[in-house]
Amino acid sequence: MLRLIFRRVGSALFTLVFIAVVVFSCLELMPGDACTAFLGREGKGTALENCRERMRLNRPAPERFFEWAGGVLKGDLGTSMQRQKPITEIVGWRLRNTVVLAAAAAMIGIPIAIFLGFLCGLYRDRPFDLAVSATAIFAMTIPEFVSATILILVFSVTLGWTAGVVTAGYKAPILQLLASTVLPVATLSLILTAHILRMVRSSVIDVMGSDFVLMARLKGVPFRQIVLRHVLPNSLLPAISVIGLTVAWLLGGVVIVESVFNYPGLGRLAVDAVSDRDLPLVQAIALLLGAIYIITNLAADLLALFLNPRLRTHRA
Amino acid sequence: MNGLAIMRDLVSRPSGAIGLGIVLFHIIIAVIGPAIAPYDYADQDVDAILQAPSAAHWFGTDRLGRDVFTRTLLGGREAMMISTASTIIALVWGAALGIVVALVGGRLDEMVMRCADALMSIPWILIVMIFVAALGTGTTALVPVLGFSYGLSVIYLARSAALDFVTRDFILAARARGERRRTIIFQELLPNVRDSLAVQGAMQWSWIILAVSSLSFLGMGVAPPAPDWGLMISDARGVMASAPWTAIWPMLALSSLIIGLNLAVDSLAKVLGVDRVQRSPVP
Repeated sequence: MLRLIFRRVGSALFTLVFIAVVVFSCLELMPGDACTAFLGREGKGTALENCRERMRLNRPAPERFFEWAGGVLKGDLGTSMQRQKPITEIVGWRLRNTVVLAAAAAMIGIPIAIFLGFLCGLYRDRPFDLAVSATAIFAMTIPEFVSATILILVFSVTLGWTAGVVTAGYKAPILQLLASTVLPVATLSLILTAHILRMVRSSVIDVMGSDFVLMARLKGVPFRQIVLRHVLPNSLLPAISVIGLTVAWLLGGVVIVESVFNYPGLGRLAVDAVSDRDLPLVQAIALLLGAIYIITNLAADLLALFLNPRLRTHRA
Repeated sequence: MNGLAIMRDLVSRPSGAIGLGIVLFHIIIAVIGPAIAPYDYADQDVDAILQAPSAAHWFGTDRLGRDVFTRTLLGGREAMMISTASTIIALVWGAALGIVVALVGGRLDEMVMRCADALMSIPWILIVMIFVAALGTGTTALVPVLGFSYGLSVIYLARSAALDFVTRDFILAARARGERRRTIIFQELLPNVRDSLAVQGAMQWSWIILAVSSLSFLGMGVAPPAPDWGLMISDARGVMASAPWTAIWPMLALSSLIIGLNLAVDSLAKVLGVDRVQRSPVP
């Protein structure tokens, strides 16, 4: 057990280091550097030299990598070019906002997904399942910005229930932020629900067809008890790691959803940083989102390991 | 099964026929679009800004007085072209690497898959954004970048499809005969994983179309004034309350193409007997 945990944590650390190397070398391999990208057409002669001097770009790449990585370990993500401020300062509040958005979507989406997915699995191929599954496939097929726009059209433009864009500032208290974030949370949880619901559904179908459920049925165990005592725990265990993986989507989707609703989070900051061609900032956000993904996945895997004794004996 | 038999089987299924019909419709529109478009896509009619659908402008006009019908007709062309090129790149390098590591196994397999795992944990959009930030926007840069990042999931698929066969007797026999690795890959493995790759390729095509539209929506893909669904939807955001038609038509076009593709791919997978259909780019 302890060995398994160590191995899992070790591979997470490896992934984190690998991501840092990839993010850094992606930019190294590209023609030009942070200064040519930032200065654009003015990027020649002394302006370029000065900029490179200031950003300390004149040294060999490995040296800069270790300085950057060392800084990240100490909580210093570098300096933004456009904003002329430490990135840690810029990112802080927005990181909180993105986590608030994602957490709200997960807290609403996951229970609904488990509930609906469970019912769909139990009543497989009945009208209820067909309707819910079709809606889920629709929700996960159309792009995030289209579902977001549809929600705006319906709930903001037509019904006028809530604002189409987030008006709260990036330093707003969490409750105030959430109050103006109904539609972004709804968009994210809709898609999140669709993904997890499908997984839970197929997992329930698997378990319902297993020998121990058949045995329980033949033994005459009441249906209610079979469902609650046997099927529910056994079908939710595999879903845990899937929920972890869905976070990958959530983080990519956050970039788009935040932009649609003008939500002051990391995703929109990334988009702004790209259009400002602020490479150090893009780099830092990519690393941060990668780290969040790895940590969530690690947590999900460890949770599954604790809850599911079978994983401890199998080679996971 | 030859191509004709697959096709016949595909259209005999309702969802296959509908899906294929929608996709073909879109492809035909993309091809003949320039010929049947009533206006120029960039023509701005200052006297007809944000007009509701009428006989002159079937789908209305946008905030610059451009014809929404024309722009919707032409809006999928660039995304489809980029997606086709990127899908080919993704399939080629993903399948090559996946099959080779499945066959060689051991250290190489372990190393490649670890790296792929790590790369997959960066959301694709961030990989693309890093490149766009460094190279600037432009659709030519998008093709290799999307081809690379979407090739990652092909590696997994090709590897697991090939692993089903590498332990079979016919591969063992080929190895015992002393066949070269290249021969085993091209003569023995590739024909067996072809169906899985075809299904995956069709799925990838739809994801990359989505990716291009999303990037255009964010202002990192197709550059204005070129018509693109993602760009049109992004343009429509400010005027949605007064002119919802500027958003509805491109959304309908994009969604119908993606849904049609999904229906067609699902049926294709059933026809070919492939059970590994990845529903989303998330593993």
